Amino acid sequence: MTRGLSLLLAALLLGSCSYRPADVDFIFINGPEPQSIDPAILTGQPDGRIASSVFEGLTTHNSRGQLIPGMAESWKHDSNHLVYTFHLRDASWSNGEKVTATDFVGSWQRILEPATASPYAELLFFIKNAEEYQKGRLKDFSKVGVQALDARTLRVELKNPTPFFPDVAATTTYLPAHLPSVARYGESWTRPEYIVGNGPYLLKAWKFNDRIELERNERYWRKEQVRLRRIDALSVTQSNTALNLYLTGQADLIIDKSLVPPVLIDKLRTRTDFHAFTFLANYFYRFNVARPPFNNLKIRQAFSAAIDRQRIVNKITKAGELPATCFVPPGLPGYLASGGIDYNPSQARQWLAEGGYPSGQNFPHVELLYNKTDLNEQVAVEIQTLWREVLGVPVELKRQEWATYFKSLDDLDYDIARSSWVGDYPDPLTFLDCFVTGRGNNRTGWSNAAYDRILEQSSRETDPARRMAALHQAEDILVAQECPIAPIYFFAGILFYDGKRLGGIDGNLLDEHPLREIYWKDRN
Amino acid sequence: MLSFILKRLLLTLPVFFIVVSGTFLLMRLAPGSPFGAERKLSPENEARLQQRFHIDGTLGQQFAAYWKSLGRGDLGDSLKYRNRTVSEIIGQTLPNSALLGLGALLLALGIGVVAGSYSAVHHNTARDRVTLLLALAGICLPSFVLAPLLILLLALLIPLLPAAGWGTPGHYILPMLCLGLPYGAYCTRLVRTSMLDVLNQDYIRTARAKGVSEPSVVFRHALRVACLPLISYAGPLAANILTGSMIVEAIFKIPGLGAFFVNAVINRDVFLVGGCVIVYFTLLVFLNLLGDILMALLDRRIRLW
Repeated sequence: MTRGLSLLLAALLLGSCSYRPADVDFIFINGPEPQSIDPAILTGQPDGRIASSVFEGLTTHNSRGQLIPGMAESWKHDSNHLVYTFHLRDASWSNGEKVTATDFVGSWQRILEPATASPYAELLFFIKNAEEYQKGRLKDFSKVGVQALDARTLRVELKNPTPFFPDVAATTTYLPAHLPSVARYGESWTRPEYIVGNGPYLLKAWKFNDRIELERNERYWRKEQVRLRRIDALSVTQSNTALNLYLTGQADLIIDKSLVPPVLIDKLRTRTDFHAFTFLANYFYRFNVARPPFNNLKIRQAFSAAIDRQRIVNKITKAGELPATCFVPPGLPGYLASGGIDYNPSQARQWLAEGGYPSGQNFPHVELLYNKTDLNEQVAVEIQTLWREVLGVPVELKRQEWATYFKSLDDLDYDIARSSWVGDYPDPLTFLDCFVTGRGNNRTGWSNAAYDRILEQSSRETDPARRMAALHQAEDILVAQECPIAPIYFFAGILFYDGKRLGGIDGNLLDEHPLREIYWKDRN
Repeated sequence: MLSFILKRLLLTLPVFFIVVSGTFLLMRLAPGSPFGAERKLSPENEARLQQRFHIDGTLGQQFAAYWKSLGRGDLGDSLKYRNRTVSEIIGQTLPNSALLGLGALLLALGIGVVAGSYSAVHHNTARDRVTLLLALAGICLPSFVLAPLLILLLALLIPLLPAAGWGTPGHYILPMLCLGLPYGAYCTRLVRTSMLDVLNQDYIRTARAKGVSEPSVVFRHALRVACLPLISYAGPLAANILTGSMIVEAIFKIPGLGAFFVNAVINRDVFLVGGCVIVYFTLLVFLNLLGDILMALLDRRIRLW
């Protein structure tokens, strides 16, 4: 009996070593199951992490978030940043075919085809006539500003001066698709059995809702710089499960910020393998400007000034988030963010009185809408308390689940609503553009002619300093003068990994962590 | 017997129609779009996607289109996991849920028979009371409490088993335990009661009087009859375990169907929800039918046909 038991224990112990697949160099937790890795369809960060490992755009970013060449060896632009010419390097697809300028033209055309219904097509609208083509107002694609001059030269003509276009070209929407495969297999072309890529990794297998297996692409042009040969990307949604996998050695890196158990954050952030950094993302509240009482500027200002942002980041989020009074996160070179409205109880009370409700008397019934997560709820409860203490206004909390919540936002069926925004490229415009009149992401009913005009003018400005000054002016209207939103904090990206053993991972503004740069310090 | 099975299956057809139609209509009437996101999809793109997935037009048209495709045996495409059909998702995930469920079911029945008999044989002794207490604890401990406790003990403090994952026998132990133990506790109480009843029957007294050994009395004579309530419970139990696996699947990161049963509703992924409902409906019907048939075969007092 004892012998049998010890044999069983021994077998289990031996077995426990094999819970990590033997041939895998590196396992990371990628977050929720990717919905698609097709550059024309994907939207989520977990999806993008796989796609940018399997495909490589003209440009790309290194682990520190700096722009580096990808398929383009070099590029130049005219003095107005209106025409970019990319020179492609001699690189191959994983099936041996050459990567050509035509591949990029065709891939972008595919995204702009109205029938593709690509959710991120608007990222291509920097290109001349791209918007007209996607909206069906222009039928002739040759009039869109992208052209293959020869097999290795791509000319891109832009709608407006865009000095940050090389950064935009590094986003996942600009990744090339292997068009013969698309033609042959339709939307199924990204399946492991069909996919042809040009990036550092090949899609070896995709076990649905379990793991994606990546293998180094031996035809990748800088494959000698790719140190990890086999990588597994795990799909995990439960933060406790992610942590358990990491703590028991079944994963080497937790990459998704939503995968840190909030109740453990106090304990976890003291660990040496906890890495937090600010990136381009903002957590904020929207006011419904289309109906009372928040059609009144004074009341919006009062509510914004009554939020003690420092208290939220100290007491609730606690992972090193920065309190936000403006919308554009800090760290964008050359940009000075607006001061916005900070916590100021006496000023808040004064604004409320000026708005017609001294001491909050007779203030109408208002609701704070959020989609239900622990974090949103804790923040909402804290801010509800602040509004009651500072303004004397009771605000009711209203929870909705995901889809219903977006419906309420779109229908402007709320008073105050929680929101967040993650920037796509390192420029203030990726944030400020949301609130231009009529944009789908405006979702506040707010419209301001001066704001629209300044953004419009800034888009034609060729002097970078003057352009940034104009964007600053627009942000000032948004967060200090008009306040259709109340910024609360800038998200912290969180990574879990042992920095003594793993290299090539850094916190950066884009929250991009290219797998091709990751390496084990203690292995070759 | 065949006519009984046919009659039962025919009776479930209207129920099937009502359940599947109700699910579809509720999903389409629920507020919110399957394509809702932090970044708003343009109205034109949303319309194109609705058209592609045949959820455009009036509710009646959508409803008719859905039943038409079901008629062809096509469960539709997932709206969220692009280029995956619902059949494919179910085909990939249901075997994992089934394996987990089967393990948990066998464990529950095994625990029930052994612990229940043990408890009944030692009726009114300390052993009986300890077993009953454990069973009570097992029923009261939900899997989302039991699972982290077992992980803490057997994966983190004593690194014997993996904390999560699926694929090797080592991975199966903890999830099956977590899913099976509470039901095992329930089965224990069921078998104990029934065994006590049987052990007081005249024919057991006769067997003992004839000098049959005690183990033989319990296991050969009494257990067969004492297990009857357990068998009639096995059908609903199996269905319960299968549909109740979502929490255990989430905690242990098991790529099963349970997760989609809940998440697809939140995502308004209407065809995936429909597919899950069809699968679980079919399982419930068949497992209950199987339980009834088994019961009728074992217990001649029951006449179903």
